[in-house]
Amino acid sequence: MSDKPLRIEHGSVSFGSVEVFHHLSLEIARREFVAVVGPSGCGKTTLLNLFSGFLKPSSGIVVCSGRVRMVYQHDSLFPWQTAAQNVALGLRDLSSEAERERQLEEMLRLINLEQFAGHYPHQLSGGMRQRVELARALAGDTDILLLDEPFSSLDYITRLRLRRELARMLEELPRTVVLVTHDIEEAAQLADRILVLSDRPARICRELRVAIPRPREPTHPVVVETVHAILAELGLEQN
Amino acid sequence: MTEKPLPSRAGLLPLLVLLVAIAIWSSLSLLQVFPQSVFPSPLAVAKGLGEEIRTGRLLGDLVASLFRVTTGFMLAVLLGVPAGLWLGHHLRSRLALLPAINFFRSLSPLAWIPFAILWFGIGDLPAIFLIFMACFFPVVLATLAAVASIPSVYFRVARDYRFSGLELLTKVTLPAIAPQVITSLRVTAGLAWLVVVAAEMIAGRDGLGFAIWDARNGLRMDLLVAGMIVIGVIGMVIDRVLMRLTKISSVRWGYER
Repeated sequence: MSDKPLRIEHGSVSFGSVEVFHHLSLEIARREFVAVVGPSGCGKTTLLNLFSGFLKPSSGIVVCSGRVRMVYQHDSLFPWQTAAQNVALGLRDLSSEAERERQLEEMLRLINLEQFAGHYPHQLSGGMRQRVELARALAGDTDILLLDEPFSSLDYITRLRLRRELARMLEELPRTVVLVTHDIEEAAQLADRILVLSDRPARICRELRVAIPRPREPTHPVVVETVHAILAELGLEQN
Repeated sequence: MTEKPLPSRAGLLPLLVLLVAIAIWSSLSLLQVFPQSVFPSPLAVAKGLGEEIRTGRLLGDLVASLFRVTTGFMLAVLLGVPAGLWLGHHLRSRLALLPAINFFRSLSPLAWIPFAILWFGIGDLPAIFLIFMACFFPVVLATLAAVASIPSVYFRVARDYRFSGLELLTKVTLPAIAPQVITSLRVTAGLAWLVVVAAEMIAGRDGLGFAIWDARNGLRMDLLVAGMIVIGVIGMVIDRVLMRLTKISSVRWGYER
């Protein structure tokens, strides 16, 4: 397996006359957790679409080696399937029925929703639904997890809980992760490396590394310090 | 929207309404507001209904009407849903055909009666044709609207999880449109039931529509009302049967959220 499963070399993307990226270069290491923050509309989601192959760059190279799963901003669970059936989508490629069954149970246990396996998405709370989405994306043999503002529709306390759960899940099922978020605290609490993007055409105006291990408290001095640094970079905090 | 749970006796309320209606009907008939010959009493209607059942005529008419409705409606669904699926996915064809579909949908199916008789004669075929004309266009429209409104994220998820072409249809598109399509089936089945009565009145030799037309010609208002009651009850039963579809667990999301 490649050392740098995700790579963009001089990638440019334009929609008509709007240039989203101009010669952007970026490498993400295996098992690295990278968060991308930046002003809204700067192309954060476009970056994920490049990696997922949903979008081709206008010029430049995008390399994505490994199996990719994406967790979307909006409710993307199939509403006609139960929580268990949705998670089982992630296990479709396993050939052994017994193995699928076993892993499904394990995933449901991992997200603490065993009792809700037979519930449909509309019968679950927002936080539960997002946990099912995470489980679906993490199930099976995947390498890369792309998260598009996965917790943006949740209340703050649920968000804090899910950050902790995500960290715990990744401990059990390590993945290369790219998290796009507008929640700066979330980025600082979860990521190994944070990329701060500028306005369009977006470039990486700052890279911050957070060296302490996960799970981290949102109030940990290093997390707080990182939040300050990001805010300063975005021009939202003096000094 | 949630309402307070009702006591179990609430199920008896429609029965109460029925009793009140029969009481009003009886008093109007006893007071002779209209002459007995044009305003039959509940008792006369009940007797007429008994007569129709005994002679077997009612069963024959019922079977004839149900056969026409089922055939015309199923044809409309079997052709209308695929047509709607296709139009829902193809913008160009949709732009080309939508005005025509709206044109035919706005045309009362009864306007086709002369042609139905000229082309298909008298009997099952003209009625089936008219029911088809009444149901096909609404089914197409409902299906294409449902397809066009499927959130695109479902197709992205399907792509992420490597759904093949046929799976995309059976495991994403169809379940995603099922609630809306079922609702339209309920509406169009009601429409079919309306149309069959009208069609049989003019282009039939049997069926419930013919039965009430025949009763009118024979000045048997009791039989006419008996026929009306049967038609109304069967219409309710058809809707009840189709409503069962909305209780299927994998489509309930469409009605509950």
